[in-house]
Amino acid sequence: MKRRMIILGLIIVFGIGAALLSSHKAEWSGVDDSVVKKFAEQAGRPPSEPYINIAQGDMELFFFLLAGIVGGFTAGYYYRELFPPEQKLVGHSTNV
Amino acid sequence: MINLSRTAIAFIAVLIVGTAAAPVYAMHISEGILPMGWAVLWFLASLPFVVLGLRNLRIRSEKEPHFKALVGLVGAGVFVISCMPIPVPIAGTCSHPCGTGLAAILIGPSISVVVSSVALLLQALFLAHGGLTTLGANIFSMGVAGSFVGYGIFVLSRRMGLSFVVAAFLAGVLSDWATYSTTSFILTGALHADTSFWKMFVTILLAFVPTQVPLGILEGFLSAGAYTFVHSRRPEYLGILVKGDAV
Repeated sequence: MKRRMIILGLIIVFGIGAALLSSHKAEWSGVDDSVVKKFAEQAGRPPSEPYINIAQGDMELFFFLLAGIVGGFTAGYYYRELFPPEQKLVGHSTNV
Repeated sequence: MINLSRTAIAFIAVLIVGTAAAPVYAMHISEGILPMGWAVLWFLASLPFVVLGLRNLRIRSEKEPHFKALVGLVGAGVFVISCMPIPVPIAGTCSHPCGTGLAAILIGPSISVVVSSVALLLQALFLAHGGLTTLGANIFSMGVAGSFVGYGIFVLSRRMGLSFVVAAFLAGVLSDWATYSTTSFILTGALHADTSFWKMFVTILLAFVPTQVPLGILEGFLSAGAYTFVHSRRPEYLGILVKGDAV
């Protein structure tokens, strides 16, 4: 139980921390901006618009949220198949 | 005392992972950066590994009944991990782990290339993450380099007598660094023009260092933890990979 509480605590702290830090978009941009895009632009080949552009309004957030949920539940489905929950023995005590 | 079942923890983890996923671009080379000749070259370079992986996937799925489920789990893991931004406080940037080192030591490097290809294709199509013309280059850096370096380090470490935990840790760390080194190589090859190749390569590589050194170490812990979990719960899933024979 203690171990589970620690794991859950770490997950929550990590999740909240990641969410808070990610909200500072200008300071916490991906290395694509600071590295890949920078060198590509210097070389005269800036990134072009994606063929399927989801960066319109909140569509990007929607697709990333959907991807996380689908990926997470797929992982969970196969996890349960590979590591099924242990069979709990149901004890029926008789007062005879 | 709250009674937390594993299912509840798994549900909360899925919820947080799901909601934490946000647009992030890191080792993925975006659409339009590579000239068409280079894009085709990296497609051709990646193709034999994908074909080998598909062949091995069919063979191992016939031999091991649990294998498809393991590939499904690992594939979903690689997909989620490789679009999850992780803030690196010392660098003030975000980047993502790749998961291919872990995938390679769980299902084999060639099949890890296949799951990476599927993850990268879905990301390019639906998440504007990477690109369709740069898909071959991204498969080569994340799939081929990440998987084969991770697996090679794991096998080498085991043969040197290191414990599987340390071997899995090193596989995770070095597969991450290999991925970003290969991305630097690919970018330099296509973009260096009149600049010295090695000068530009080192410059790009050093630019990745503040973010990827800590993130690679994090990926090492992730790999060691996940491998230890499978090894302790179901060592039979690792099969011949425990001996380091699978490709």
